[in-house]
Amino acid sequence: MSILIDENSRVVVQGLTGREGQFHALRNKAYGTNVVAGTRPGKGGENVEGIPIFDTIKDAVSETNADVALTFVPPSFAKEAVLEAAFGGCKLIVCITEGIPAKDEAEMYDILKKETDSLLLGPNCPGLISPGKANVGIMPHEITLPGNIGVVSRSGTLTYQAVHELTKLNIGQSTCIGIGGDPVPGMSFIDVIEKFQKDDDTNGIVMIGEIGGTAEEEAAEYIKKNISKPVVSYIAGVTAPPGKKMGHAGAIVSGNKGTAKVKIHELTSAGATVVKTPTEIGEAMKEAINA
Amino acid sequence: MDLFEYQGKLLYKEFDIKHPNSKLVKNLIDIQESVELSYPIVVKAQVQVGGRGKAGGIKIANNHEELIKYSDEIMGMDIKGHIVEILLLEEASKILEEYYISFTLDRSEKKYLIMLSSKGGMDIEKVAEDNPDDLIKHHIGASEELTEDIIHEIIGKAKLNQEYTNSITDIIQNLFLMFVKGDCDLVEVNPLAITDAGVMALDSKVALDMNAKYKHSYFEDFEKEIPIPESEKNAKEKGLNFIKLDGSVGIIGNGAGLVMSTLDVVAENGGNAANFLDIGGGAKAETVSAALEVLEADKNVKSVLINIFGGITRCDLVAEGIVEATKGKDLVWPIVIRLDGTNSSEGLEILKNNPNEKIFIEESMDSAARLAVERGA
Repeated sequence: MSILIDENSRVVVQGLTGREGQFHALRNKAYGTNVVAGTRPGKGGENVEGIPIFDTIKDAVSETNADVALTFVPPSFAKEAVLEAAFGGCKLIVCITEGIPAKDEAEMYDILKKETDSLLLGPNCPGLISPGKANVGIMPHEITLPGNIGVVSRSGTLTYQAVHELTKLNIGQSTCIGIGGDPVPGMSFIDVIEKFQKDDDTNGIVMIGEIGGTAEEEAAEYIKKNISKPVVSYIAGVTAPPGKKMGHAGAIVSGNKGTAKVKIHELTSAGATVVKTPTEIGEAMKEAINA
Repeated sequence: MDLFEYQGKLLYKEFDIKHPNSKLVKNLIDIQESVELSYPIVVKAQVQVGGRGKAGGIKIANNHEELIKYSDEIMGMDIKGHIVEILLLEEASKILEEYYISFTLDRSEKKYLIMLSSKGGMDIEKVAEDNPDDLIKHHIGASEELTEDIIHEIIGKAKLNQEYTNSITDIIQNLFLMFVKGDCDLVEVNPLAITDAGVMALDSKVALDMNAKYKHSYFEDFEKEIPIPESEKNAKEKGLNFIKLDGSVGIIGNGAGLVMSTLDVVAENGGNAANFLDIGGGAKAETVSAALEVLEADKNVKSVLINIFGGITRCDLVAEGIVEATKGKDLVWPIVIRLDGTNSSEGLEILKNNPNEKIFIEESMDSAARLAVERGA
């Protein structure tokens, strides 16, 4: 098994006719993902290399039974596109778009949570891949290997680095997920590791975090209480200069949280193995699953 | 992007938020004759750093003579490394009470956060620490409305003067509108004051969400007025995400997470990074040569580490960029390169076919960092 996507997922690509959308959708399709439709208002009836285009998500879903939306639309249209996908019946929406205003993100998140049961991954994320089954997003599938380790990360390139370290040691992955580093991501670390814990085919979890925000601290608390599978973690930004705080308000909200030191401490206390460099992720996981 | 106080106040004007009458001064000649404001007038240094009051950057002038004197003193003043080039002159108000209010996004709650306190005009972080009950926090979902009832409730909880409930409610509504519709990351007013001229926002601390630049034409105007450190100007013009640091190992990488991690690995190996430079996803040859040019300007750099993990970024294009920027050149420092991911074997092939005695290729991030530290020592 894997989480969120597999060989049965049916993907509709929002913005399939754009340069990025087309490039990655065709790559995903070539990997074996069921890319069943694309949308682009005004271009319904056309196709991109055999993938039918529809004017709306609703049409695409009723014609093709798509259940996962992959969003490549420009920032100014992203909120509408994500909401359209959710209300049109997609259970999972993967939003790659970078540069969406925070207010749009926050509003989109609030509406999705209150009015739908759709899950949102991203925005500003590399998507996810269940190796050997489906790739929904922009991750380089060449570095992955089917297997039993779940990978979740806030950073795109560090996700690749982590997956690469695992594959090098012949440790395969169940699903690799980039949740994105924007202020209001849809799915959080906790949402993802909860699913990894429940997934019978995931034996261990790699979690890659970075400085800023409190998502890692919250995940640590969750791991302590709910996760029995081994967790290997890496936090980037130990030596990064302290970022600017958002006025006094920001200082009051974040308190002493957000630094790499605190995150590493919390994760270690929660029982995770926290490594010092990304290169050590593979060995640490090997040790953890053989223990 | 953090705004100057006067820029925040231009937004107040836009959103109908009452604030003192004022005049902006960039050249002292403009105030030689007279100013169309009534005395007393507060002369405020416009700098993007806290503690200007203590540094002598705020003075109250009771007449024209004092105004000239204080303006002259404050203009050009060095406040924690920030040179004062702009003054804001404001009519001083008689303050009856001082409150604190701010609007931000609480990332862990994924909701907007309003904080309100009757203890304004002082160090609010200290208030939050010593008397947390004096700081009212109210969360609101981003698709919800900030109703009058909610505002009345928090005004009550914060124990503000009930006599002014209506005018405080109005100003809170407009500040919230500015925060949301104006795409601000932060709106902080300290003090929000009751004065003899009504309820007013006396100060402004505003940060804009630059992702929303396309929605508001004035974002760009504000941006032009904000000075960029000399060391970062060049990189910014080239569209690179660059931050100057104190060490000697120049860093180029793709993706903020990987670059941050590269700084850490350099430190693990006993070195110090000279900068943070992210060439982003999908970087092409010209981006890489631009990045190398930016590093050339930094005299502290002793060696350079290029750490690329190709996802959307293709390692062959990065390699082409490196060759293009270095071919036939007598390099000032050694460059250690680590290429992995998409098209890495093609990229390594390109580098091998264009040898340069100062370019070294390493397989892992760790060994590359180690060598870069060694070569720069």
